[in-house]
Amino acid sequence: MVEHADIRVVHRGGSIINFRQPVVTNDSRFLLCASGECVKVFSTSTEECIHNLQGHTDLVTGVLLRPSNHLQVYSCSADGTVRLWDFTDGILIKTYVIGYPICSLYASAKHEGVIFIITPKLTDKRSELFQLVAVHLPQSGDQLVETRELSAVLSNVSSKPAATAFGQGGEYLASVKGLQMEVYFFRKEKSYTFSLKEDNKKGGRNTFTCVACHPKDDCIATGHEDGKIRLWRNFNHKKEYTYSTLHWHHSAVSSLCFTPEGTNLLSGGVESVLVQWRYNQESQRDFLPRLGAAITHIAVSPDGALFCTSHSDNKISIIQSCVKVSAVIQGLVKGESVKTDLIVDPRSKALVLNGKPGHLQFYSLHRDKLLYNLDIVQQEYIHELGLDQFEVVKAAFDASGSCLATVEERQQKGAELEINLKLWAFDEQTQSFVLNTTISTPHDARITAMCFRHDADCQTTMLVSTSQDGHFKAWQLAAAAHTEEGPSWSCDFVGAYHSLVPKCCCFSADGSLLAVSFQEVVTVWSPASWELLTTLSQPPGAIRDLCFGRLSCSKYLLGTTDSSLLCCWNLLTCSLEWSTSMDVSLLLSDPLSENMVAFCCESGCTDLFVFKPSEPRPLFSQKAVCSGRVTHAVFAPREEMLESCEESSQWLNRSQLYFLTQHMDLMTFITKVEEDRLMASSKQLVIDDSVAMTPFYLLLGKHRQEQQEDQDAVSSQSSERAPLPHSSVAIKELLQTPAHVLPSTTFLCSMFLQSLLIPVTDNREEKKHAEEEMESEKEEEDSSEEEMESSASRPEQASGSGLAAELAAPTLTKAQSRELRRLKKVDHSWLSELLDS
Amino acid sequence: MASFKPTKIQVYPKLGEKVTQDTLYWKNYKAPVQIKEFGAITNIDFSPVSPHNFAVTAFTRIHIYGPFSQEPVKTFTRFKDTAYCGRFRSDGQLLVAGCEDSVVRLFDVSGKVALRMFKGHTKAVHLTDFTSDRYQILTGSDDYTCRLWDIPSATELNNYQEHTDYIRCGVTSKLNRDLFITGSYDHTVKVFDARVDKSVMTMDHAHPVESLLLYPSEGLLVSAGGRYVKVWDLLKGGQPLVSLKNHHKTVTCLSLSSNGQRLLSASLDRHVKVYNTTNYKVVHNFDYASAILSLALAPDDESIVVGMTNNILSIKHRKSPEESKEKAEQQRRRPSYRVFVKGKNYIPKQDDYLVSKPVKQHLAKYDKQLKKFNVSKALDTALESWTRLRKPEITVAVVKELDRRGTLKNALAGRDEQWLSQFLNFLIGNLVDTRFTPVLITPAEMILDIYQSIVGQSPVVDRQLLRLHDLLEKEIDYQKDLLEVLGMLDTLFASTCPRKEVPCSGISRSNGLAQGEASSTSRPELQVT
Repeated sequence: MVEHADIRVVHRGGSIINFRQPVVTNDSRFLLCASGECVKVFSTSTEECIHNLQGHTDLVTGVLLRPSNHLQVYSCSADGTVRLWDFTDGILIKTYVIGYPICSLYASAKHEGVIFIITPKLTDKRSELFQLVAVHLPQSGDQLVETRELSAVLSNVSSKPAATAFGQGGEYLASVKGLQMEVYFFRKEKSYTFSLKEDNKKGGRNTFTCVACHPKDDCIATGHEDGKIRLWRNFNHKKEYTYSTLHWHHSAVSSLCFTPEGTNLLSGGVESVLVQWRYNQESQRDFLPRLGAAITHIAVSPDGALFCTSHSDNKISIIQSCVKVSAVIQGLVKGESVKTDLIVDPRSKALVLNGKPGHLQFYSLHRDKLLYNLDIVQQEYIHELGLDQFEVVKAAFDASGSCLATVEERQQKGAELEINLKLWAFDEQTQSFVLNTTISTPHDARITAMCFRHDADCQTTMLVSTSQDGHFKAWQLAAAAHTEEGPSWSCDFVGAYHSLVPKCCCFSADGSLLAVSFQEVVTVWSPASWELLTTLSQPPGAIRDLCFGRLSCSKYLLGTTDSSLLCCWNLLTCSLEWSTSMDVSLLLSDPLSENMVAFCCESGCTDLFVFKPSEPRPLFSQKAVCSGRVTHAVFAPREEMLESCEESSQWLNRSQLYFLTQHMDLMTFITKVEEDRLMASSKQLVIDDSVAMTPFYLLLGKHRQEQQEDQDAVSSQSSERAPLPHSSVAIKELLQTPAHVLPSTTFLCSMFLQSLLIPVTDNREEKKHAEEEMESEKEEEDSSEEEMESSASRPEQASGSGLAAELAAPTLTKAQSRELRRLKKVDHSWLSELLDS
Repeated sequence: MASFKPTKIQVYPKLGEKVTQDTLYWKNYKAPVQIKEFGAITNIDFSPVSPHNFAVTAFTRIHIYGPFSQEPVKTFTRFKDTAYCGRFRSDGQLLVAGCEDSVVRLFDVSGKVALRMFKGHTKAVHLTDFTSDRYQILTGSDDYTCRLWDIPSATELNNYQEHTDYIRCGVTSKLNRDLFITGSYDHTVKVFDARVDKSVMTMDHAHPVESLLLYPSEGLLVSAGGRYVKVWDLLKGGQPLVSLKNHHKTVTCLSLSSNGQRLLSASLDRHVKVYNTTNYKVVHNFDYASAILSLALAPDDESIVVGMTNNILSIKHRKSPEESKEKAEQQRRRPSYRVFVKGKNYIPKQDDYLVSKPVKQHLAKYDKQLKKFNVSKALDTALESWTRLRKPEITVAVVKELDRRGTLKNALAGRDEQWLSQFLNFLIGNLVDTRFTPVLITPAEMILDIYQSIVGQSPVVDRQLLRLHDLLEKEIDYQKDLLEVLGMLDTLFASTCPRKEVPCSGISRSNGLAQGEASSTSRPELQVT
């Protein structure tokens, strides 16, 4: 029927970055973390993603710096391979095939050529037993290496990466599981097992959660389920071991880490407080509270200057020596369920959904980056398990994006449901939403649906909310009578229909009609007079979704029922136009065209239909888009219209369809044309350096780079084309840069002179080059055979230009050159800070 | 690292009067000066000329007070019986007063003895006034007559016998020397013209008329009697304009503010109400200690003088502009103001690099404790007597916050008798407040759960628990009554509202079914091939 081979469903954005412990490189410039099937390299200063190390075919389960070469990194994956990467250039160096799914990866400096991995004991994936295996990496020049030398070190270990640690650079290894800790000494090839009692009186749970070893001392720190940290000493004897207990956390310690010198121990847990204990003076501790969400992993940079904490809300914060958070890398937060549905902010075109608890996140789809979190609940979040928190359950934007309505609720056991309806207005000055009105308990029961009147020429903004208490209410923005404050929201109308429970509501495109579904009945109201105009119904089966047609199809009202029926009513005749039997889980209309989208659930899979209400044939359909029900989807307007002439992909021209699968993966539909363009642009995109691009860097760095390149070119004699007269470029840049970002003139003067000085030699060279080129051109003109000669003559040129460079150098006196060098060394980083502030 | 978010105190809409321009104007008076007179004060009249002394008629005397004096400047005591209605002439030189003994006396303001005595009435004279030509006097008496007298000759000019009951009030026109209006206990207000020997206009007030007032333009007449204040349009032949019923006892006196924009009425119900004269809505209200018999406003509203039945004369003076401003400034300026202002006015120079000081977050006491998770101490600070009594919403907000954190039980447990009685007191005071009920029910239940074992050990706590019990029972009764009323109202509304049919519902239903069958043939094919 409809050919649709050129439209594909692809994953879009929002990868998980808190799955495993992040790694900070030796120079503290990069941060590496496992993210789905690739390893991401972030800059610690700019928070930008620099490289995506792609190659694994399954979940990456561990990232580790190579102990012998700090510019290379190992990554292991559930696909049974360990890969070695050069992370500065993003190149895959080697692939070691292990053959078993790998859960985590360890290495130490003492064991060269050996890595330790944790794999399931049986090849069977479901088995609960895991073992620690030493893998001897064969020395080979090949890209793909098969490893055969595997030797089990410990059997029955925990699969969690935090449950195993190497001590004193690899002399021993500690592994915890359940109530047991096993310490294995490599030299003696002997292991000791220490176990704790099931529990003590107060329900304290002694189960081990994580382990860390002191880098210099014989000391093992273990974290426990009840929030205790035990420091084990003297564990190389079976009987005479001792331990001391530290207790600050009130719930399980999720991560422990020693600083590289072993002076401090860092711990974190659900409380979202980073605790720093002084080693040997454990009564002294520092806290860094309110990090936002529960800490899942802690990592320290090799020089001990930076701490990294991964958080449960898909965030990595970079902390400068336990004092302040210097950078936050935030991914798309995907909770257990998206209660607010997917919404697109009309102003920023960002995807809006539940984020951190009590927040709405604004996620830019085009840049694949979290823009900001809007605090809706505005209460201190208490990090405690089992506490009933306020949750944002509904949100809606008006057509222009200047109003936002949110509903938050909290259900406490045996207490009344607390609901707050909050209405926000966009503030142009601060470029964010400001709370305008809070309505506590707008309804007596849960709010089922909420929508704004989408009308451009209407003066008053109107919001309709329906609730399980059997009423729907219309709220209106009106100027307050007596106070000088701005307009605030108040209730305009309360409607009900035969004491039935309303399920969903929908305004027509011009805002002249409001449709509210009461179980099996759709009621159509006029918002101007609040008159009940008509009722429509198609029994049996309660209405599940309602949608007005748009543009040329605005006379149609579409609804889906529980009894697997999709109905289309004509509002001019107040009669059913057509109906078809399909189990529609979600009905959606494109705000920019007439198109409607229906996700149908059939035998565990979801099918997609795109159709116009006025036409009997669907424009596009695809079977088995994904498994499970699709309950959240949204049309996001494109930044630029796509010109696709193919009939099947025309519906994607104006806006793009995003949807969330059962497993909370954000997917989208992409056309072939678009895909090709994306591929092309990604190849073009070359990030030349990871260093922060400051205006001053642009001014100086490029200049110096060019200089260097020139020199390189000159020395390597590969200068086929004439270099640009770059002195003029520097001056141009100097003149084009706004005066207020430039440093003082005393600074620039010498720089300026310097830029004038060097070109003199260059110009000379250039002249020579030009001459030479002219010559060579002449030669080329002469005959093609003589090209050999011209290439042969190049070494000659090299010596000539080298001489020229030598000649140019003495023009500077020694003092001048020293001055120049000193200037070059001056640190300009303060300038970037100044600019940032 | 985010900063601590302080506890949100719910803002409740302020009940009661709203602050308007009028409230600000009428509240801008000093505390009243109170002077004890010898009897009930029946009339107060301001002298039309500066310095605007006022005559106070009480019992057998008329006292004249200066604008700021607390002692009478002058006293007229030559009355045989109770004096009534001491009024100034428009030049402020002469004063006329009626008396229980039916004699009308005319005084020189500077003298003591009556200049003239007008005898002719047979009963007490309650109404006396000068006409606008200043040579005649109008009097009204309990003998149902009103008369005009000539001052120089002390002779009676006219005698009108149209009223059929006591004449207790009246006014003369300020623009026409021949016009005057009288109000009587026969429920009528009559307009007389001295050139004719009978009334030219009669209006029925429907209640004994106690007071009359003419607008400066004299187009409108205000009459007060019974609980009503009525406004009449004289130019339309005495057509009633508005009837105001804002008092719940007899209105005794009327007055107009100096610019004519506000009308004041005083009543036996101890209130003075201020009306807007454009829409006749009450814009302000004064309370007094006792039933008010007389009221007068000084020119420019400089002072409000009120006479009451308990013999007390209350004088409120307007605050001077400096005075009202001074107070606001005092609040703003603290003793150590100068210390804080040091260096604040320094303007950075061009090359200066500004190091902004980190803004220190100021937290309330209870928030500081909450930040440290000291739940009991947080509750203690929120229960300090000032907060508890003046701002119960703060205490309630802290209780709510503790409940949200799941630590309310910990905060309530382990307290001594004194604290417990204090908290129970707070509960008794605020539990039935609809704003706080949903929040406070939880701690009340918790208190009962935690301390049920010690019931009977402390008489103080036991007494309060009993009080709480009584309070709840009473509240339940109220709620029952309210629900009954609601049910009654519902039936009333349901029977009065006509049932409206939805126009298309019937058609659509039939259509929906029939059409659904019919359209199955033209059903779109949403199937993938």
